[in-house]
Amino acid sequence: MTNDTPIIEARGVSKYFGSVVAIEDISLQVRAGEVMCLLGDNGAGKSTLIKTFSGVHQPTEGTMLLDGEEVLFESPRDAIDRGIATVFQDLSMIPLVGISRNFFLGREPTKGVGPFKRFDMAKADRVSREELSKIGIELRDTSQPVSTLSGGERQSVAIARAVYFGAKVLILDEPTSALGVKQAAVVLRYIAQTREQGLGVIFITHNIHHAYPVGDKFTVLTHGRSEGTFDKDEISPSELEKLMAGGAELEKLEEELQGGSSGSEASAAPSNGRESDE
Amino acid sequence: MTQSATSASERIRDVGFLKRLMTRPELAAVAGAILVFVFFAVVAGDRGFLTFGGTVSYLQVAAQLGIVAVPVSLLMIGGEFDLSVGSMVGAAGMIIAIATTEYAWPLWAAVLLAFAVALGIGFFNGYVVIKTGLPSFIVTLGMLFALRGLTIGFARLLTGRTQVGMGEDLGVLTPLFAGTVAGFPVSIIWWLVLAALGSWVLQRAVFGNWVFGAGGDASAARNVGVPVNRVKIMLFMSTALGAALLATIQVLDAGSADVLRGELLELQAIAAAVIGGVLLTGGYGSVIGALFGALIFGMVQQGIFFTGVSTDWFQVFVGVMLLVAVLFNNIIRRRASEAR
Repeated sequence: MTNDTPIIEARGVSKYFGSVVAIEDISLQVRAGEVMCLLGDNGAGKSTLIKTFSGVHQPTEGTMLLDGEEVLFESPRDAIDRGIATVFQDLSMIPLVGISRNFFLGREPTKGVGPFKRFDMAKADRVSREELSKIGIELRDTSQPVSTLSGGERQSVAIARAVYFGAKVLILDEPTSALGVKQAAVVLRYIAQTREQGLGVIFITHNIHHAYPVGDKFTVLTHGRSEGTFDKDEISPSELEKLMAGGAELEKLEEELQGGSSGSEASAAPSNGRESDE
Repeated sequence: MTQSATSASERIRDVGFLKRLMTRPELAAVAGAILVFVFFAVVAGDRGFLTFGGTVSYLQVAAQLGIVAVPVSLLMIGGEFDLSVGSMVGAAGMIIAIATTEYAWPLWAAVLLAFAVALGIGFFNGYVVIKTGLPSFIVTLGMLFALRGLTIGFARLLTGRTQVGMGEDLGVLTPLFAGTVAGFPVSIIWWLVLAALGSWVLQRAVFGNWVFGAGGDASAARNVGVPVNRVKIMLFMSTALGAALLATIQVLDAGSADVLRGELLELQAIAAAVIGGVLLTGGYGSVIGALFGALIFGMVQQGIFFTGVSTDWFQVFVGVMLLVAVLFNNIIRRRASEAR
């Protein structure tokens, strides 16, 4: 299911902002047909890392490799043109504008020549209807505003758009964090589907319950450093959660709450998950 | 989820048309125009509102406003205001009058100069808005005062007056701007053609999609590659151009230019666009709506005249209608944008 050369790879990447170390010595590989979950608490350096992948930032140290060859993404546009598509949290969609118009915004198909060159609405409608149908969204009317879709559907449309326009690697920035359980499931199912199409997916989240069902590999970031990358069969959700919280802190919390109704998932953890620092 | 969505899509044939009609942005303006027409047809029908002359009179008022309201509605859908269009009408008219009378320019050259100046002012508005990041409301409010002041200042400096009459022989261009077609002033044709063109650009051209994007969420549109700055600057240039066209029509029609021409036009154009369903914050609306918004203005202004009631009451009527239309538009927009 996976190809040996990673589609995209970070090798020892660090990013400093002045004297602030945002991320340090991060190595990460994503292969085709693989979902790499990037886990970390707020401020762990997730967004700096994905902005390095998507061309917003350039690494201070280390190198990025695309299909095994060294690259430098000079701008987000540069990364997009090389097949690295990032779906940011704001989705880059216009709420009151129709779905097919949104789908093709900035990349409109045209027909006709000279002054009669125009937006090929028929094609836009047909393609967006087909593409959305593939992900289980049957549209009554492709001209209905994006705001008529549910949060999960909107997220899926944004992903479908990136896939349609030739993404090889999809970077999803917290795609499920603003969604309810049911809506999150819609998006997660679609992420799994995208993997089947042979794309590499980087799924950024702080929610292990969203990451674990679809993830193949998990990289945990704390304080700008990698706690390591784990295959799914190497690690349990609760171990991941401990890593994310820096382990010790949750254990401390557990001790504090001992006797009371803790209800924390960490309490269900197998007792062998204590390797918190490296 | 798939199943319920599929069954819903099969239901569309029954309710589709009416439901879609109920979500059109221009619905309130079209309904309002019909309502206003019926009202004045009943109240003032026997006093001349329904005659050919009456029809021409309100269409002409609507056309003069509409020529500016069409590009203004596009600019507003693109997320910006232009409060300087009224001053631009005064300035462009004065440029034409002064160039032809004081400097003996041929009319075509004077009109071209006015258009070129308008394009320059429009570009300046757009460029300042983009570069400074200031709200266009403020930037063009500044232009409203500055341009009016420049017009008055230069008119006095060059001619010693604030009104300048055109010469007798206005040249071959006159019928194009101030002639009649089958008894209708040619300005009505300009209005309808501009509205058709504007609507085509918004709904059918790629540029139109960018206008929606620029107005709906400029940074999101930039993320997907829409040249937002260029779109906005071009929209500012088109509103100024609309004002220059109106100025040309007015100067040739009246045979004179006045530095105060176009006062309050900027607010009327915004009102017409808003009545027509344009969202004040951008990203939503239609040009056809603005066309009907202008038509309502024309019918009310001339209709009140035909009823015999003092035309002082015109603005009251407009104010109330603006409020009602916006409330109605809000309901429609909510219906259109809510999850179904």
